[in-house]
Amino acid sequence: MAFEGLAERLQGTLNKIRGKGKVSEADVKEMMREVRFALLEADVNFKVVKEFITSVKERAVGQEVLKSLTPGQQVIKVVNEELTALMGGEQSKIAVANKPPTIVMMAGLQGAGKTTTTAKLANHLRKKHNRKPLMVAADIYRPAAIKQLETLGKQLDIPVFSMGDQVSPVEITKNALAKAKEEHHDYVLIDTAGRLHVDEDLMKELDDIKALADPDEILLVVDAMTGQDAVNVAESFNERLGITGIVLTKLDGDTRGGAALSVKAVTGTPIKFAGMGEKVDALEPFYPDRMASRILGMGDVLTLIEKAQTNVDEAKAKELERKMRTNELTFDDFLEQLEQVKSMGPLDELLGMLPGAGKMKGMKNIQVDDKQLVHVEAIVKSMTKAEKQDPAIINSSRRRRIAKGSGTSVQEVNRLIKQFSEMKKMMKQMTGMQKGKGKKKGGFKLPFM
Amino acid sequence: MNFFKKIKEKISSQTETVTEKFREGLTKTRDSFVGKMNDLVKNYRKVDEEFFEELEEILISADVGVHTVMELIDELKDEARTRNIREAHDIQPLITEKLAELLEGAEGETKLKVQEDGLTVILFVGVNGVGKTTTIGKMAHKFKQEGKKVLLAAGDTFRAGAIEQLEVWGQRVDVDVIKQQAGSDPAAVMFDALQAAKSRNADILLCDTAGRLQNKVNLMKELEKVKRVITREIPGAPHEVLLVLDATTGQNAMSQAKTFGQATDVSGIILTKLDGTAKGGIVLAIRHELDIPVKFVGLGEGMDDLQEFVPEQYVHGLFADVLDEAEAAEN
Repeated sequence: MAFEGLAERLQGTLNKIRGKGKVSEADVKEMMREVRFALLEADVNFKVVKEFITSVKERAVGQEVLKSLTPGQQVIKVVNEELTALMGGEQSKIAVANKPPTIVMMAGLQGAGKTTTTAKLANHLRKKHNRKPLMVAADIYRPAAIKQLETLGKQLDIPVFSMGDQVSPVEITKNALAKAKEEHHDYVLIDTAGRLHVDEDLMKELDDIKALADPDEILLVVDAMTGQDAVNVAESFNERLGITGIVLTKLDGDTRGGAALSVKAVTGTPIKFAGMGEKVDALEPFYPDRMASRILGMGDVLTLIEKAQTNVDEAKAKELERKMRTNELTFDDFLEQLEQVKSMGPLDELLGMLPGAGKMKGMKNIQVDDKQLVHVEAIVKSMTKAEKQDPAIINSSRRRRIAKGSGTSVQEVNRLIKQFSEMKKMMKQMTGMQKGKGKKKGGFKLPFM
Repeated sequence: MNFFKKIKEKISSQTETVTEKFREGLTKTRDSFVGKMNDLVKNYRKVDEEFFEELEEILISADVGVHTVMELIDELKDEARTRNIREAHDIQPLITEKLAELLEGAEGETKLKVQEDGLTVILFVGVNGVGKTTTIGKMAHKFKQEGKKVLLAAGDTFRAGAIEQLEVWGQRVDVDVIKQQAGSDPAAVMFDALQAAKSRNADILLCDTAGRLQNKVNLMKELEKVKRVITREIPGAPHEVLLVLDATTGQNAMSQAKTFGQATDVSGIILTKLDGTAKGGIVLAIRHELDIPVKFVGLGEGMDDLQEFVPEQYVHGLFADVLDEAEAAEN
């Protein structure tokens, strides 16, 4: 990747000043240059970057950094703090109308992901908030856009209101609202057509829908990969409609997502959700602090831990911990762990959340293949019960049989067995260390770590 | 003004309508970009450090990318020094020249490799929401108008409504769509489509694929398989693999070009949604670093708004005002 995180970027400057007694103003200036590059490479708008650098520089030169013993870390800390603050500090929730139904209008450019997000949001409202949403197919322009929403509605078993593509979106909205009242829906999500912010006719249409529906929430859907133009788009939509929130989509890609900062800065409205995948449940609340780290290329440990927590059974984790302590770990436990890791999501996604994963040698361009897990699984499943309980008995003829049974090679079987015994050794050391400290670390422990 | 003359000559050989399409489609882009450029020249009469800093920002605001911009600025600084350019007004043509140079490649490489006789297979790839299906519809229309027999393959079996979307386009431009049910194996759809194309003696087969983010290894492998199936059925095919890029995309487009390039050997880029305010400057960086040419640009919503990319036209579209001014000055 062409991108380097801020930490890597600052390394060069830091090497230079290491050993110097103190950090000069010129050094800070150079560091700010690197910060600027990092932000620009992350697609943060250059105007936003400029303002940001000015404010950080003030804090940095204003002695905080100069006096500290680890100026590099201090700079990163200041930058991270300022970025989080700019991002909006706390998490922000979706609006609820005093008198139902709550009306939510979706708007954005073509291809930002409005229709998919509408379905995800409806699913979220029903699942997490116990609501009864109605989706409205008001995109009459893009071929089969209505069909797309209807298909998603069917998948989720959430009703979709549509009148075909020969009726004006305003008319559709009007009828949809009547229907929502009639059938007691407490949320109405209006999926509008994608449009360019400079398309006067279509922007006027949004005005009309807004005037009629008087929405409680107008969400601007923004592709996280958007470049410098994000400010123009967000500014135009905001001036015209007065948006109340932003949904950032396609954040499961490898983009730094600097657009998040840009749109937040120009509209002043909070980012409420993040689209994290193609599945209908892949909509997550937006965490400003995590996004700040991501833009700076510092990984996303918190999301990783959270993913682990929601997917790992606590009782099982405790049992595993006991087994690790007593060194009783078997291949059966291993298999169980494998299942749990798999349930957390694609491996490359998990790896991407680790800070420094991009920096590690050999990790830089690593392509994690989830299919390798399938091989491992097949190998373990080709073992007999006795072999799984006591791997020591697996001799060469057993290895050949396992390889045959799993459709892999003896080498692969060897590798896995070796890895397993090393893992056991490592775990013994780790648990030993913990005991030595005399601290009982409660709660959750990540498998394999 | 030698360089401008060259551009003028090159585009004067093309029809008025094409030039008009570029000019019109790039209006919004030009307004902001060239407006800034002109302001720059007006505000800074001298070429100094500040001038270059401002120029740097203008280029960055067009998504050209920090790395390419830095190189470009360094080159300009050198050139300005050796040519002894001090006035801001005099450096403007140099900037235009450098930009066009970045985009220009070997003669004719922006043309699609259409087979003289027999079937030409074109595979479309890209991330979600860039406009693959729409582009295929427009391109089908274009080939159809040229009198070719066109067939579409509905290879996006994943996204809800994608097959129907392609079918609507098929009806609009009156070409057949080969499809299977939603959720079926895209490689199998391609196999069917290739058989159909062969038996019906089609000239052009345009293959749609599901949008996928380039960091999804399994989905990229699926795409590799689709391509493999095509090559197995027709050696030498696909004759073109076109990566569809959204002009509003920022630096991630580079990662898209790299990864899709590795997986499917991308032969050209289609830059869509250029009719907004986005400049799509990242194609300069992609051309520069990966040497993948832009072959088509989407300049509007109409069926005719997919245009063959002509670097001179693009630069002309961006700098139309400057060119006119230069011409006026000469007369």
